[in-house]
Amino acid sequence: MPVIEIQGLTKTYKSGLQALKRVDLTIEKGEIFALLGPNGAGKTTLISIVCGIVNATTGTVVADGHDIRKDFRAARTKIGLVPQELTTDAFETILATVTFSRGLFGKPGNPALIEQILKDLSLWDKRDSKIMTLSGGMKRRVMIAKALSHEPDILFLDEPTAGVDVELRRDMWAMVRKLRERGVTIILTTHYIEEAEEMADRVGVILKGELILVEEKTALMKKLGKKTLTLNLIEPLAALPAELSDWDLTLKADGGELEYSFDAQADDTGVPSLIRALERLNIGFKDLNTRQSSLEDIFVSLVHRDGEAA
Amino acid sequence: MNFNGHGVWAIYRFEMARALRTLWQSVVTPVITTALYFVVFGSAIGGRMQAVDGVAYGAFIVPGLIMLSLFTQSIFNASFGIYFPKFTGTIYEILSAPVSSLEVVLAYVGAAATKSAVLGLIILATAAFFVPLQVLHPVMMLAMLVLISVTFSLFGFIIGIWAGSFEQLNFIPMLIVTPLTFLGGSFYSIDMLPEGWRTVALFNPVVYLISGFRWTFYGAGDVAIGISVAATLGFFALCLAVVMWMFKTGYRLKA
Repeated sequence: MPVIEIQGLTKTYKSGLQALKRVDLTIEKGEIFALLGPNGAGKTTLISIVCGIVNATTGTVVADGHDIRKDFRAARTKIGLVPQELTTDAFETILATVTFSRGLFGKPGNPALIEQILKDLSLWDKRDSKIMTLSGGMKRRVMIAKALSHEPDILFLDEPTAGVDVELRRDMWAMVRKLRERGVTIILTTHYIEEAEEMADRVGVILKGELILVEEKTALMKKLGKKTLTLNLIEPLAALPAELSDWDLTLKADGGELEYSFDAQADDTGVPSLIRALERLNIGFKDLNTRQSSLEDIFVSLVHRDGEAA
Repeated sequence: MNFNGHGVWAIYRFEMARALRTLWQSVVTPVITTALYFVVFGSAIGGRMQAVDGVAYGAFIVPGLIMLSLFTQSIFNASFGIYFPKFTGTIYEILSAPVSSLEVVLAYVGAAATKSAVLGLIILATAAFFVPLQVLHPVMMLAMLVLISVTFSLFGFIIGIWAGSFEQLNFIPMLIVTPLTFLGGSFYSIDMLPEGWRTVALFNPVVYLISGFRWTFYGAGDVAIGISVAATLGFFALCLAVVMWMFKTGYRLKA
């Protein structure tokens, strides 16, 4: 069941910058969707439109069955946002600002719930501290607590782990998993592709205002994933022998490592024939390993390919 | 849910808490400033001035002084209240919340107006220590006090949304409102001006506000009370219309 339906969304800023060139996207209920893209690709603009912070130039967004313009109250009540920037009220206490957020979103006070959220985020002991006295990581926790205070069904996390230490990142992913178990839909943008790889059900790649790809993460990695075979040679090679020019090989580590990149889905991967050829040429190796390319490699190759096309 | 009462209350409380946190700046400073005005204008100079319209000069300036504080404090509170979240970026939360523009205005302007109306009453009480006071029409006085607080808070709210820098935030209060207030008869009756200047003064909208407020005290003003009330309501309607337009178009709030 779709929880967010985006149709024909475009955004041209007053400066003339075309941040979004027609985006269509459907997010399913309960999934974790990762939006990847380089800086300035339009990730934040897209999120800001859905959350009501930026007006779309054209197009419609329906959140949980409610049009975000015509029925903004119902739509926004369902949505929580953790923005990228650490914007907080410096002079407020943690407890006051989180309580404020819940009221702002039209929910009656619920001290027990606020207490639980603050405890989950390790903020309870500091509840009476002013926000300006907190570290960057703690401020990030406060912003998450604010976004969760009104029990949203849809949570947007814009670069949630930018500049965050390992511990908080781990806590945050534990929290995301917990929220997903409760049925919360999570849309996140990130630069850390390994996070998308670890957490997301589906991945969308946005580039220069266009969604160039939306795919199940596993399918994507299978489809675009390449494997790399690395051979640790006994004797370093000065140059690649001409006999091996049929394979896509590179020499690494001063000739001590031979890398072969291949398509794992192909009928003929070229691995057995390469090994035989090496034997024929008397090139010995002491160890070998293969590695599935990461989402990051896929992402880089996508962005790169698009750059060439443009 | 057609009205987000919890949301309005949350913003209102947030704004009131801000004033309590800065109690010294919010209340004590204006009171001291007013007391200084009484010492200088009321006692030092006022002693040498004759009564205006049958009212001792010290008492005559009380409504004008309250108005002066009401204007500046309403504008300051409301403009700062909305400008600061814009400046720090915390406005994102207001924009993404299920609150309508009317509710946002109600909360911010309500809080700013509450603060200045309370301050107006504190100044009135302070004045009572220095000069013998009489208020002929107390209900009208309170009504004018509230209406002018709300109107100038709306005006301040507009300035806060319009302003792109702290400099612009101070520009209108310092360069337009304060001079107009001083020239608008806070400390004198415009009848005391030469004929030509008197006509010029009547183009100053602040004259009507101060005159109306003074009427509620002493039953006399520079212009008829009806005109004063009409001018105040007119300014109120104008500010309201501008604010609604700003929110409808997302002017300087949404990209």
